[in-house]
Amino acid sequence: MRKSGFSRHALIETLHTVQSSFGFLDDDAIRFVAQSLHVPLSQAYGVVTFYHYFSLKPPGKHTMTICTGTACYIKGTDKLVAAAEKHLGICQGQTTSDGQISLMTARCVGACGRAPVVLTDGELQGQMIGETMIEQLERWAVE
Amino acid sequence: MTLEELDQIAKSVQAENAKFDQEISVCMGTGCMSQHSDQVKEALTKAVAAQGKRGFVRRTGCMGLCAAGPLVLVEPSETLYQHVNASHAESLAASLGGKPVAELQCELREHFDQQVHVVLENSGRIDPEKIDDYIARDGYRALLTALNDMTPNGVIRQITESGLRGRGGGGYPTGLKWSTVAKAPGDMKYVICNGDEGDPGAFMDRSVLESDPQRVIEGMAIAAYAVGASKGYIYVRAEYPLAVSRLTVSLREARRRGLLGNNIGNTPFNFDVEIRLGAGAFVCGEETALIASIEGKRGTPKPRPPYPAVSGLWGRPTLINNVETFANIAPIIRKGGRWFASMGSERSKGTKVFALTGKIRNTGLVEVPMGISLRKIIEEIGGGVPDGHTFKAVQTGGPSGGCLPAEMLDIGVSYDALLAAGSIMGSGGMIVMDDTSCMVNVARFFIEFCMTESCGKCIPCRAGTAQMFTLLSRICDGSGTMDDLSLLESLCVTVKEASLCGLGQTAPNPVLSTLKYFRHEYIDHIVHKKCTAGVCNIQAPVEVLA
Repeated sequence: MRKSGFSRHALIETLHTVQSSFGFLDDDAIRFVAQSLHVPLSQAYGVVTFYHYFSLKPPGKHTMTICTGTACYIKGTDKLVAAAEKHLGICQGQTTSDGQISLMTARCVGACGRAPVVLTDGELQGQMIGETMIEQLERWAVE
Repeated sequence: MTLEELDQIAKSVQAENAKFDQEISVCMGTGCMSQHSDQVKEALTKAVAAQGKRGFVRRTGCMGLCAAGPLVLVEPSETLYQHVNASHAESLAASLGGKPVAELQCELREHFDQQVHVVLENSGRIDPEKIDDYIARDGYRALLTALNDMTPNGVIRQITESGLRGRGGGGYPTGLKWSTVAKAPGDMKYVICNGDEGDPGAFMDRSVLESDPQRVIEGMAIAAYAVGASKGYIYVRAEYPLAVSRLTVSLREARRRGLLGNNIGNTPFNFDVEIRLGAGAFVCGEETALIASIEGKRGTPKPRPPYPAVSGLWGRPTLINNVETFANIAPIIRKGGRWFASMGSERSKGTKVFALTGKIRNTGLVEVPMGISLRKIIEEIGGGVPDGHTFKAVQTGGPSGGCLPAEMLDIGVSYDALLAAGSIMGSGGMIVMDDTSCMVNVARFFIEFCMTESCGKCIPCRAGTAQMFTLLSRICDGSGTMDDLSLLESLCVTVKEASLCGLGQTAPNPVLSTLKYFRHEYIDHIVHKKCTAGVCNIQAPVEVLA
């Protein structure tokens, strides 16, 4: 916030910084940012909920993000999502009850040349097949 | 910084390179990095040193052919190696100066020979984080020439003469946009670079920002000089961490060299650029929504006019162009508008970068002159559909574009020809589908995308896309009727005509184009209750993907 001179315009930048430090944005964080930047709380909350990138829930220890952009979709990413949901017993956007794994989807990470793509804890892996992904999920589950 | 100083930097880079007999470039774009090209580079550096070769291993940006990554290019012999991993380093290093390693060699002359590189001329050739590498390849020459020898009007004249049109999708003439902003009254103006590449299936902008960020910065600076702005913003998606970090480094380097900041090139011209991160909203590619997002608000579009050229960021005149548009500026100023206009078709000049993806052999980035036929791009440059399947459709323009069937492959790519065919140029994503894709399902996928990405401000888009999605889901699971189909068609027209911004106005395009060219598939689903591609599960009562 100091870097941007506590400017109101820096709301999104500030939220990015908070999320990258804490992994998600809880009510306290949003309230604090809104107060510090003199932005109405409703506006701050509106911004957080508008953009997909911001998360209001704490992520699991590991995150599997499956790209569901068009190129990945054509190459069968819907099957990957279904397989992961079935394996973990949760829907996309949720975290397993033991807090180990979050299953997320993304709208295109721009690596379409290597579709279908998943991000394992932010690391990009191309030409993914169901078995490899499930193996990774199994490794995480026992960690 | 003067032109002479640029020459000196270029000479010292060349002298440095001349110390080596061989230059080895390792692609470190996102695609190749995901296959550990960083380890390849490290192993190669070690192997070259251990074997006492006079070779220089360089990190570069994207070389385009993502399908064959990680890629390594050896110069001066211009040998391209594909699928290289760290264990190949020893044999590659040993081959330097001798015979190339045959089993790793990439022989895709057809793929590269038909391309013309303007935007991508430095991609895969320079280290994106070293400004001197860019200067050695004529970088910043255009900016300094413009500042010293050209008036702002002269710059705009060159751009107008070049016939360059906005590469973000709309195809608005760039010269006209610039002159509107230049004429707008006000002492504070802004230049914004739109790098919110939201189209799923497109990654040209990411690649340019990762491979040659200085080119975009130079283009923005020239634009700022032409329209009289002193502050710029680059809006980049947060999903592109590598592009953001390379841009950050590049901005710092440019400031250090005095190419951004106050009194650039010893002239009264001041300009600096800040990065703004997107946060995952497709609608922010729309210019008024993007401006709202930079101001720290929800990215909802505003009705135009007033256009951003008159009242944009914080109510000031604002120039917004796409990454690829800015990347074209420096070469135009360097070589002249007439040179640029000599390429391409009658009303679409120059070259265009396309992201070839989907069911196609050579996935990756290609840059081709406008007017080249779709068939050439897909069958010759792209290598056709793999695994013995047959081509069914090509989708251009992202979720706002359309699907074109095999009969339309002979049209040349230009803004007007694609529009006439029921699709759009868009930002340049080209997704190839084969006989395993169901077009109804694809249309449903795009409408679902537009439905979730609709900002909700205007009703035709918010409610219309949701209703279209319900109708398409019904058709997909076999419970649709012919009435649903006609309702869908009339809804398409309503949403197209009545929506506020580009997202809603173009959202029906995938449905309209598939209805135009693949109506029989809709009929198959409704009347014969079958999905020829075998994607839709017709028996199931609710929407289920196979």
